[in-house]
Amino acid sequence: MADATGAATAEPHKAGETMDAGEGGVRRRDFINIAALSAAGVGGAAVLYPLISQMAPSADVLAESTTEVDVSAIEPGQAIKAVFRKQPLFVRRLTPQEINEANAVPLGSLRDPQTLEERTKPGHTDMLVTMGVCTHLGCVPLGAAEGENRGEFGGYFCPCHGSQFDTAARIRKGPAPTNLVVPDYEFTSDTTIVVG
Amino acid sequence: MIRILAALAGLVFAGVALLAFVMGAYNFATEDAVHSPEHEFHLEAHGPEGGFQFEGPLGTWDIAQLQRGYKVYKEVCSACHSLRYVAFRDLAELGYSEAQVKAEAATWMVPGIDPNTGEAIMVPGIPTDYFPSPYPNKVAAAAANNNAIPPDLSLMTKARHHGTDYVYSLLTGYTDPATFEKDGKRLLEEFPDFSTPPGLHFNPYFANLNLAMTPPLGVEGQVTFDDGTTATVPQMSKDVAAFLTWTAEPKLIERKQTGWPVILFLLFATVLAYFAKRQIWADVKPKKKD
Amino acid sequence: MSFPWAKEYTPASGFTKWVDEKLPLPRFVYNAVGAGYPVPRNLNYMWNFGVLAGFCLMLQIVTGVVLAMHYAANAQVAFGTVEHIMRDVNWGWMLRYMHANGASFFFLVLYLHIFRGLFYSSYKAPREMIWLLGVVIFLLSMATAFMGYVLPWGQMSFWGAKVITGLFSAIPLVGEPIQVWLLGGFAPDNAALNRFFSLHFLLPFVILGTVILHIWALHIPGSSNPTGVEVKSQSDTVPFHPYYTAKDGFGLGVFLIIYCLFVFYLPNMLGHPDNYIEANPLSTPAHIVPEWYFYPFYAILRAFTFDFILPAKLWGVLAMFSSILLWFLLPWLDRSPVRSGHYRPLFRAFFFVLLADMAVLFYCGGAPAEEPYVMISQIATAYYFLHFLVILPIVSSIEKPKPLPFSITEAVLKSDDKAVLGENASPAT
Repeated sequence: MADATGAATAEPHKAGETMDAGEGGVRRRDFINIAALSAAGVGGAAVLYPLISQMAPSADVLAESTTEVDVSAIEPGQAIKAVFRKQPLFVRRLTPQEINEANAVPLGSLRDPQTLEERTKPGHTDMLVTMGVCTHLGCVPLGAAEGENRGEFGGYFCPCHGSQFDTAARIRKGPAPTNLVVPDYEFTSDTTIVVG
Repeated sequence: MIRILAALAGLVFAGVALLAFVMGAYNFATEDAVHSPEHEFHLEAHGPEGGFQFEGPLGTWDIAQLQRGYKVYKEVCSACHSLRYVAFRDLAELGYSEAQVKAEAATWMVPGIDPNTGEAIMVPGIPTDYFPSPYPNKVAAAAANNNAIPPDLSLMTKARHHGTDYVYSLLTGYTDPATFEKDGKRLLEEFPDFSTPPGLHFNPYFANLNLAMTPPLGVEGQVTFDDGTTATVPQMSKDVAAFLTWTAEPKLIERKQTGWPVILFLLFATVLAYFAKRQIWADVKPKKKD
Repeated sequence: MSFPWAKEYTPASGFTKWVDEKLPLPRFVYNAVGAGYPVPRNLNYMWNFGVLAGFCLMLQIVTGVVLAMHYAANAQVAFGTVEHIMRDVNWGWMLRYMHANGASFFFLVLYLHIFRGLFYSSYKAPREMIWLLGVVIFLLSMATAFMGYVLPWGQMSFWGAKVITGLFSAIPLVGEPIQVWLLGGFAPDNAALNRFFSLHFLLPFVILGTVILHIWALHIPGSSNPTGVEVKSQSDTVPFHPYYTAKDGFGLGVFLIIYCLFVFYLPNMLGHPDNYIEANPLSTPAHIVPEWYFYPFYAILRAFTFDFILPAKLWGVLAMFSSILLWFLLPWLDRSPVRSGHYRPLFRAFFFVLLADMAVLFYCGGAPAEEPYVMISQIATAYYFLHFLVILPIVSSIEKPKPLPFSITEAVLKSDDKAVLGENASPAT
């Protein structure tokens, strides 16, 4: 591909005065030099495109961006960790008590107001699917595995900077600015979700 | 001094090279030239009549052909040959929809892990899986094939000279050595001792003339094409050669199609550069006498 | 810097003036490749290849750095990561083909640059240092290219690494330990692949540094020219910019067209099919050859088949290295006061014999190691050494050169025409 090397700077040339008169010499000469330099510039810019584009995710990485999770084995009160885009995904089946706790919180008191309804799928309000990535700086919160610290609000607790999430994985205390992210997903059957 | 030493070094090197030449020439003149059937009866690969649609600078894939070729690979070649650099998701480029790719992937069993016990098991493939190898490892491949490991086919058409033609020629080239002739010379007349060892098969397109692979495409109709094309041996060979060209270089057509605008632009820019150069040099070139 | 009439850099604005006071980089560039560098006005297109070689180096560095973002130098996965680049990385196929063919075109340009230097005796005083640095650049480029060819970890990569490091085993006594040390093992494997990758990444920057020295050395006497007559007056020169930037721009365009034809339409023509087979330490390809740009030297290596006092293998290795190292002596072997081959009929005749000889060596280097190719390469090898070490010194001292033009200007005008920048073309004294 073209490159600007040969063209150097765009300074106007002082290329002699012996042009054929009568052809509007100066203007035609300038035009052709400017055109040649522009072509070199366009070519150089075009080369940048693949050089930049190659750093974007490659086809194999993009292909892995949907994950299928079988949720049938999760008991109420339990959670599993799956992997979505090389990041942890928390899938948690809430107990009725946890659902009630989440619904009892007045929306106005929340930093990132969202109801549990909005954070789950219709008919599956007991199935909470969130990214296991703290919205503060990206650590993995505790609370998905058995016996881990679930924090003051019974949801998740991020050990890095002490963010506390409730049973709907909403931020309640600590530095995280927003709730744990709910990725795009859908139930393909009663026991299977497809994320991404 | 430096020139004397250099001349001496030069004479020594030239002398030793010439000495080697004299010895070589003496041997060449006194020893009989080596004749071998591999040398004299090997045939150069050739493509099918009419060639392939992807050939030439303006070529494009023949999607139907690639799909037929895939079927030949799946039903015949894959019994022994892997395709390790190709993923099921790549089949989308052969004109299959996402659902079809998923369904197709599930027809293959790939190595997996039992989620409960951790044991190695075979599971149905998903689009991100790669084509599985028919053998668990090289030793198994060698053991099952009389020590001749069937090569991976992903890059076969780039790993041989004129690879697409080679695959086609090889698949259609099995013949009887007893009647084989090249340029009017019969193999068995020139080399009466020539024989194909048991377990090998005569094929003049193969470098050693005898090859371990049994003729894979033997009878018409071995594969049933979904588009109704008659599955003659040349047809199947041609289609699988095209398919393997795609597996070796999936970006072939993208590459050719990227090339045209690039080269046309460069031609345009170079012509401009030429005139700019002429303008700039106009004043210092000596004027020609009229 | 080189000539008193060189234009001086004058900062146009307050900002450029400020920069010029603190760090005169724009002035440096202006004097190096701008209007401040007066260049003989009669350079022909053979003088394009220096700039093109610099362009190729930058092309290889840019594409190489980008490929290194996706490649893994591990024998288990190296071949697979190259396929990953070819199949999955955005534009990966193009970047890899640009890099692989870029190496070939780099050498093509280097060879043309070197042959230009040989024909016009650009190595002669006062330009010896430019030539010596150029030979260093060539050697470094060969090492870089060789190590780069190992990285895809195909069959040719592996066996190339084995055979080339095997050259060192020809050294008496310490040879075998040196080979094992170079490879970090008894055969090429992870250790070798990793160090080759590391050095393949490093060496281009060493080359870049040497190129800067090469250009620095060039700017002291100024460029040579097709007449070989030194610059005498301002009318002999034109400023590098815009005259030669424009000419090099056109040359670059022609180069890129040919290069892109290979990248997009014949990307594997200069490579070898066997390198699309993953390295297999248990099976050697039937016909192993290096990349095409090493063919002549490979032919010299293989030409020595006879144990004369020393083993044939050692002769081959010595001859192959000597065949390039002797270029270091050229400024002192060629004593003719005349530079340009245009005015040296006998030298010129032998130069074309050398070209033909190199072509024969090139052909034999790529041919299988069987007769008659070996015999032909033996004759050609003998001539190669005789040409540089015996014929050239003799020719240069007995030859009667043709009369030289008085000056570059006179050579350009060939007659009494007066058309130089409106000045009288009569040369200054």
